Amino acid sequence: MSILEPRAEPSRRMVLAAPLIAAVAMLLTGSLVFLALGQAPLHAFAVFFLEPLSTAYGVGELFLKATPLILCGVGLALAFRANVQNIGADGQLTMGAIAAGCVALAFPREHAFWLLPLMLLAGALAGMAWAAIPAFLRTRFHTNEILVSLMLVYVAYLLLSYLVHGPLRDPEGFNFPQSQMFAPAALLPLLVDGLRVNLAFPLSLVAVIASWFFCQRSLAGFRMQVSGMAPAAATYAGFSEKGNVWLAFLASGALAGIAGVGEVAGPIGQLQPTVSPGYGFAAIIVAYVGRLHPLGVLLASLLMSLLYLGGETAQINLQLPSAITGLFQGLLLFYLLAADVFIRYRLKPRRAVPVTATENAQAAAPQGSGA
Amino acid sequence: MTEPAGSDAARAIARLELTGISKSYPSVVANSGISLRVMPGEIHAMLGENGAGKSTLMKIIYGVVRPDAGAIQWNGREVEITSPSAARRLGIGMVFQHFSLFETLTVAQNIALALDDSPDPGSLAPRIREVSGQYGLPIDPDRLVHSMSVGERQRVEIVRCLLQEPRLLIMDEPSSVLTPQAVEKLFESLRRLAAQGCSILYISHKLDEIQALCDRATVLRAGRVAGTANPREETARTLARMMIGRDLPTCRLTPREAGEIRLAVRDLSLPSSEPFGTDLKNVHLSVRAGEIVGIAGISGNGQAELLRVLSGEDPLADAGAVQLLGRAAGRMGPAQRRALGMRFVPEDRLGRGAVPEMSLAANALLTGYGEPLTHRGLIQFAQVRDFARRIIERFGVKAAGEQSLAGSLSGGNLQKFIVGRETLLQPKVLVVAQPTWGVDVGAAALIHQALVDLRDEGVAVLVVSEELEELFLICDRLAVLAGGRLSRAVRTSDTAVDEVGIWMSGNFATVPEADPVHAQGA
Repeated sequence: MSILEPRAEPSRRMVLAAPLIAAVAMLLTGSLVFLALGQAPLHAFAVFFLEPLSTAYGVGELFLKATPLILCGVGLALAFRANVQNIGADGQLTMGAIAAGCVALAFPREHAFWLLPLMLLAGALAGMAWAAIPAFLRTRFHTNEILVSLMLVYVAYLLLSYLVHGPLRDPEGFNFPQSQMFAPAALLPLLVDGLRVNLAFPLSLVAVIASWFFCQRSLAGFRMQVSGMAPAAATYAGFSEKGNVWLAFLASGALAGIAGVGEVAGPIGQLQPTVSPGYGFAAIIVAYVGRLHPLGVLLASLLMSLLYLGGETAQINLQLPSAITGLFQGLLLFYLLAADVFIRYRLKPRRAVPVTATENAQAAAPQGSGA
Repeated sequence: MTEPAGSDAARAIARLELTGISKSYPSVVANSGISLRVMPGEIHAMLGENGAGKSTLMKIIYGVVRPDAGAIQWNGREVEITSPSAARRLGIGMVFQHFSLFETLTVAQNIALALDDSPDPGSLAPRIREVSGQYGLPIDPDRLVHSMSVGERQRVEIVRCLLQEPRLLIMDEPSSVLTPQAVEKLFESLRRLAAQGCSILYISHKLDEIQALCDRATVLRAGRVAGTANPREETARTLARMMIGRDLPTCRLTPREAGEIRLAVRDLSLPSSEPFGTDLKNVHLSVRAGEIVGIAGISGNGQAELLRVLSGEDPLADAGAVQLLGRAAGRMGPAQRRALGMRFVPEDRLGRGAVPEMSLAANALLTGYGEPLTHRGLIQFAQVRDFARRIIERFGVKAAGEQSLAGSLSGGNLQKFIVGRETLLQPKVLVVAQPTWGVDVGAAALIHQALVDLRDEGVAVLVVSEELEELFLICDRLAVLAGGRLSRAVRTSDTAVDEVGIWMSGNFATVPEADPVHAQGA
């Protein structure tokens, strides 16, 4: 028998509480994991969550790693609201990185101010182009965009790998599979000397605000939300389904592409076989933990970024395996999805006497008491 | 099953007796001290406006909702009905107003899922055919539900209940999707069912039906019992007064010269895109400024297909097949047609006419998204709220406010909201499907008057409805859609309900041949 009963209306409180419940459950399970690894949970948590933030450099790293998550997460939240399941942000990010890298490598000695804007534009366009493929296939042939966008991630990875092993390999790079370092004019300016966080972070905040404005205030944002919630109502009202799919893919693709530029023109400074440790996938978790709301995405990105950093310090200081980061990310999403059940359902109150009918009491009791 | 023991002694014991049932929700008292007695074999009518508390009371009886206070007696014993399955074990069946069917499954699979012993759908099919034939509710057990019209889906629900051989059957407006002849057939089967001792609680807004069918009527008003009556001793007027507490406004159609043709369909033939849909065959239709044209017929005869062509949700390859305000509109989508001045009320309220998870204000914006509700692509929230409030006020929508979720409204109230929204958006052409579906007499009169007012202002109005009385009340001309063919439109004053009933069966032989505007029928 089910112990859940549907709520009369979805609970608004649970919408906000679910991420917190998930975070607490993640910490509890995490302490079990730490125990199993022979670590004192409190100490391990301090290393994992507090130590990374104990220095200014660490805080800078937090913002640095949050940047691609915010950019991808904001775009994905937009797409998911429109019920467009873009799973391929990591591929769009990689394509953005490739395009920006090609621009940077084409002008190795350029000092002009237009180089960085051109790289950002190229990255955004490349991300859009990569996202346009699943958009076209879905609108034209009803192809499942989850599969197409996901598979294109690996195509993008392989393309990058081919380029750095072949045409774009640095001739003076001792045969390492990487490009030349970008010229200083092709690197995003740092915000604070000594920290690695760069101009991409404020750009990502602009994306948060713009996306918030789009979702809350614009008719186009309203259209996207309607077509995600009730496709038949969107068609009835005259909102083009195809238009919304395209818009969702292009917007999320452009933002992911810019995230890719932020990586290669930021901390990496060149093209390498991998430019993202899976930011585009982590951004899926970010989008849902952030309740598909731009401000929520911002907070979730910071949390997720902390998980990345904590995973690194845990590796260094506690000699824990690197998989610990992925484990915490997975736990968080897992518990969030579980906690989301309580938005629409609540626990059935236990009843002392499972009466159905006095005359049927004997007959009904076996089934009834199972509740 | 619990059969009442001993015939004579059991006669005096009510099948169902409610005493002092009360139920409050945070914002509204739905039921307050309601008492009700239903005898074995009695057909008992429940009357009341939308929001009078009928649905809540029925949900209490069916175990969906627990009352705050009061007692329920079943065959003379006090019971607590904790769930619908407990209700079904007692022998209570219910046909809901909103259908709970899985669209991707067949009729037989749906019914098998709903039965408590979950029989094999294959073995169920013959029983479904038998019962549906016996009660004049033809359905094909192997059909997929998503391809069925609202009317056909309701048949599935009714048959599902009858398969469980209930001792008390609750029917929430079962006749609204049937032809007059089919209603008569349904009534026959209901009377047969009652004669076998099954009690029936019959919820309807149609006073004449209640007078024809029911032995007693309990009238609810604002959550309380306003009175009980023998409907055969009352008139429609006195019953209506009990329901709404005042006299019913009547709507009058003053003769009026129609203007230019605003909406026309020319020789439209369209194979249905659904596997079990109805192909449209050579449909001709024209609606003039300042007239109301009605399309009668039972759902599933091409109504859904024709409406989607008219709304632009299914644009045509042939631009000329649909003319809107003199422009070839066949290829236009819904947004372009709206921009020309067409407004549309679809037959599905939830998920199509309104987004259930959004507020009424957002649902006002759903089709009211032009100026002044938006300006340069930005939503003007104050204007949106104003518009939503205007709809709620003008059409008496019972809701806590414009921020209530559309899905939290009762069916009739949401219908009022959608009709209100479309009529307040200054239509030049208005297409309305089932304008008063699930709406009480008071609100129906309001909606009818709103449509007639639009006609008098020179709007071209097309009404697609299964309720002939409504069509005869408000239409200047009337056509019948049967089997995907549309009859010639005849002047409503030149025909009668019985005649149209024959055309609804697909026999157009007696439809006048000549142009009905000039000739008096055969």
